[in-house]
Amino acid sequence: MTTAPAIELKGISKSFGPVQANKDISIRVMPGTIHGIIGENGAGKSTLMSILYGFYKADAGEVFISGTKTAIPDSQAAIAAGIGMVFQHFKLVENFTVLENIVLGAEDSGLLRPSLARARKELKALADEYELNVDPDAVVEDIGVGMQQRVEILKALYRRADILILDEPTGVLTPAEADHLFRILENLKREGKTIILITHKLREIMDTTDTVSVMRRGEMTATVKTADTSPAELAELMVGRKVLLQVDKKPARVGDVILDVQNLNVTDDKGVHRVKDVNLTVRAGEILGIAGVSGNGQSELLEVLGGYEKATGTITVNGVKIDLTGAKSDGRSRRARGIAHVPEDRQREGLIMDYHAWENVAFGYHHEPKFQRGMFMDNAAIKADTVAKMERFDVRPPDPRLEAKSFSGGNQQKIVLAREIERNPDLLLIGQPTRGVDIGAIEFIHQQIVALRDQGKAILLVSVELEEILALSDRIAVMFDGRMMGERLPDQTDEKELGMLMAGMTKEDAA
Amino acid sequence: MDLLTLLQVFDSTVRLATPLLLACLAGLFSERAGIFDIGLEGKMLAAAFLSAAVAYTTGSAWVGLGAGIMASLALSGIHGLASITFRGNQLISGVAINFLAAGLTVVVAQSWFGQGGRTPQLTGSARFEPITLPFAEALRDIPVLGPIYYELFSGHTALVYIALIFVPLTWWVLYSTRFGLRLRAVGENPAAVDTAGISVVGLRYTAVVICGVLCGIAGAYLATALQASFVKDMSAGRGYIALAALIFAKWRPWAALYACLLFGFLQALALRPDVIQSVLGFKVNAQLLDVLPYILTVIILAGFVGKAIPPRAGGEPYVKER
Amino acid sequence: MDGMPKWADVVLIPLISLILAAILSALVILAIGESPIEALMLMIDGALGSTYGWGYTLYYATNFIFTGLAVSVAFHARMFNIGGEGQAMIGGLGVALFCLYIPWPHWSLALLGGTLGAAVFGAAWAMIPAYLQAKRGSHIVITTIMFNFIAAALLNYLLIGALKAKGMEPATEKFRETTHLPSFQDMFSFGETALFRGTPANVSFFVAILACFAVWALIWKTKLGYEIRAYGHSESAAKYAGISPTKIIMISMLISGGLAGMMAINNVQGEAERLVLNAVEGAGFIGIAVALMGRSHPFGVFLAAILFGFLYQGGAELALWTKIPREMIVVIQALVILFTGALDDMVRAPLERMFLAAQRRKKGAA
Repeated sequence: MTTAPAIELKGISKSFGPVQANKDISIRVMPGTIHGIIGENGAGKSTLMSILYGFYKADAGEVFISGTKTAIPDSQAAIAAGIGMVFQHFKLVENFTVLENIVLGAEDSGLLRPSLARARKELKALADEYELNVDPDAVVEDIGVGMQQRVEILKALYRRADILILDEPTGVLTPAEADHLFRILENLKREGKTIILITHKLREIMDTTDTVSVMRRGEMTATVKTADTSPAELAELMVGRKVLLQVDKKPARVGDVILDVQNLNVTDDKGVHRVKDVNLTVRAGEILGIAGVSGNGQSELLEVLGGYEKATGTITVNGVKIDLTGAKSDGRSRRARGIAHVPEDRQREGLIMDYHAWENVAFGYHHEPKFQRGMFMDNAAIKADTVAKMERFDVRPPDPRLEAKSFSGGNQQKIVLAREIERNPDLLLIGQPTRGVDIGAIEFIHQQIVALRDQGKAILLVSVELEEILALSDRIAVMFDGRMMGERLPDQTDEKELGMLMAGMTKEDAA
Repeated sequence: MDLLTLLQVFDSTVRLATPLLLACLAGLFSERAGIFDIGLEGKMLAAAFLSAAVAYTTGSAWVGLGAGIMASLALSGIHGLASITFRGNQLISGVAINFLAAGLTVVVAQSWFGQGGRTPQLTGSARFEPITLPFAEALRDIPVLGPIYYELFSGHTALVYIALIFVPLTWWVLYSTRFGLRLRAVGENPAAVDTAGISVVGLRYTAVVICGVLCGIAGAYLATALQASFVKDMSAGRGYIALAALIFAKWRPWAALYACLLFGFLQALALRPDVIQSVLGFKVNAQLLDVLPYILTVIILAGFVGKAIPPRAGGEPYVKER
Repeated sequence: MDGMPKWADVVLIPLISLILAAILSALVILAIGESPIEALMLMIDGALGSTYGWGYTLYYATNFIFTGLAVSVAFHARMFNIGGEGQAMIGGLGVALFCLYIPWPHWSLALLGGTLGAAVFGAAWAMIPAYLQAKRGSHIVITTIMFNFIAAALLNYLLIGALKAKGMEPATEKFRETTHLPSFQDMFSFGETALFRGTPANVSFFVAILACFAVWALIWKTKLGYEIRAYGHSESAAKYAGISPTKIIMISMLISGGLAGMMAINNVQGEAERLVLNAVEGAGFIGIAVALMGRSHPFGVFLAAILFGFLYQGGAELALWTKIPREMIVVIQALVILFTGALDDMVRAPLERMFLAAQRRKKGAA
């Protein structure tokens, strides 16, 4: 006798407007296993799981839970069917306590008090059983992301979920927190729960899953036993062809110090100390890569250098101090000092999504005299400039009148890069250069960055992708909890050592 | 100044604070659920008209109250449709509702009664009569406490007492019930509510309906208790003052009561310039008293006296990612 | 997302919204026992059938162009300036002070002076809410509402106090002769034929048209407009680009308040020739409807303002000749705001689906 799969999806399709996110997807997940779903950003993994959880409605397809066809029109139905989901962006009420968040939607009766009392007891039992300790009376906005994630898992378990979906759970965690999470998942599996793990990290798949499904551009390309496959094979299935994350580059010809940062400290609006006593230098003709799990101060570092976050300390560019708090601490003044900036989030910062491509190509430089004619902007000049830039950076389609939002992620990034690199800056700040960018464009973007370095420019690269850091950097610095954990040369270090530094551990700690 | 004058001022404070309080609690339910409502004014006005019209026709203030609530609910329905179902701009919807009420009440009043956009005078049972509380007459002669009980606590219409009961009731619902927890959650993070298996749309519509009922009572109170007929624009900015009180109270029920009493007191004082003069020894401009609620609210909004932080998801239609 | 052509967004959607509002208005008129067709004919005849009608229609339209532009400029910076009413009132105060206390030698100079006074006072009234939004994060909608009430009380106070003329009325003295603006009757009457006889339309209408061009150039042709729109689309991106949110909020609101205030050259200097209580008569709020209908584009605002001018004059005629009271206009105005503003998605979503389906079919066929 064969057991029915815990979950079986048949022929799931889903479109968002003109974009088809899922195309005729079928998948079976066996009970008591950890099943990985791997794919690039935008492959449709989260959409598929959101459909299973009733968050989105599928256009077509069927869901079977333990062999029974089940309609999941909303999350309530999913919860009733024993499914729990931990979203990548947590769905918690920030000013509620942990207990209130857990009880929300799973109250016993119309009155709160008995529900809260029961939840408090049950929480204690769950905590003991699965190493899921949280303070039930803590307010969610006061606790760390690792803890918030536990609250999300507890929410699912409190609703008696047998099937737990986790969407990119380690994105915001340190390696140590991630290890802890995986221990919890093992415990859950031992209790007979079924776990679906969405990730784009091969290592997590290899280390933790029993089976793995690969998604590419909205389609399911394969489902294999993890033991029978290799990272190389999975990577190929993910991207559809062999990838070489080896960037050809000549040895760096390093010149003078361009950027010098001393004792930099950043405290954000909420009073959180984000960047702590950071020192670094970047010289002409080299790429300094900053590795780290996101949320460890790299973003703030870029924002300070880019001119839109306040800080204390000293920063000199080409030997001249720049203003960190006063009237001259904005993006415009930074650009005037020869700093160009490709921001981490091109959709929120780098581009105005509703602006035409040509308007975006002037963005941040729109005040420059060459774009003015009398008291008006010289839109013809900007358009001509855009056509030239689009051609050089192979932006497709090369139509300056299209709005930014109608380009693909890779082409949007090329527009930003064209704008910033073509300024011929002394210093380029570049954050997450290939996030959400298709493979073809990744190679092109990496070549452009290296080419700029070979012209003798200083480049500060921030990326959460270790492979990218290793492939591009001439020196690597690691940030953890706002501090610099140390600097390494790429040929004298490896992912393991950097991973430890990213978790806040030095070799001495590990020994 | 004697006790009686003081009690009279306090008494009219209560009467004037009542519509503010009802509208303020109405706004509280709506805004706590994440639906901004600057259409309180319009809903009150529509309710005032229809309650007066129906009370006049049927001779029953209570039937009028029901009709007023219906009128207010109809506008709530529009607001819900615009801001929940069609994810429109809640502020613009509120503006539209205020104009709709301002226009329709006069157009319909003119068509029905032909008295230049007002209803005929309400008399007898078509109006809410003051209720004398038990023993008020008997205890009247006890020094100090007697007159306080008789003048201040006794002798209001049923709607005043209903409004006052709504304060602890709202507090209890908000903080001690499942519905209250969900209501507060949907105003802070609707996605959390959605993924917890609760209908965001259902919760928000419920909140908008409660808001409609309370505004309906507030409007009916204006036309059938405070005054004795509907006249054009009789809400006279009270919906906005209630909104101001809501911000002043930082979206909390008990604080809403105090804010409304304060604003009601200012309105009561504006009616009695003689009292101010006798207390302060100089004349205080009536316009200043009229605008004091607005000025105070601006000061609160400016964050000079504590910060007023609205519900986080307020004003934003709930759209799942993409 | 593509799918819908631009013309559909700019023309089709407002048109459908307008038709929906018209149908509902017709139903209201039917319900009170009048004929909507007759009402419409009466309105057209009364508002557009003679230069007299036009004289009023364009007078009202002038007010609405100013307040509609005011709301539009703020909209571009994603500010909802609901305080046009108060800013126009205070603009009126500016005009009154400039006209009463400065001995202008000629109306043309008085027009310049009045415009300046109106704009400066209107802008000043928008300044505090703008500052509180920019620096303290106080919601501009609430503060501008509050400032409408404060403005009304302030005018009330001044017009029964310091500025009051002799007599019973709460109003200022009549402005002196040299500040009186030429009316359309003065400008367009030749010999015996007096056109626009007795109507309030005046030279301010042309100032309003100039303002349309100025706003158009500002928003789409200048650096500042580029920055205002950028900020309106994305505050985070604006910060990245070095565009100061404080500066944009302040400047866009000052321009907005100034434009709302400028309405006073029409109704205070041009028509009443003195400052009276409630001179604005809700035109500040109509600006919201006008801006929404006109899609915040000066040309759209111009057309929408003419439409509302027509409604106002036509509505007055209706009140005169039928049992339909003037307030019917407020109902229509509410419906326009509702359909073009709040219920936009109700019209837009099905249209978008239609266009998308049509595109798919085309692709399938190709």
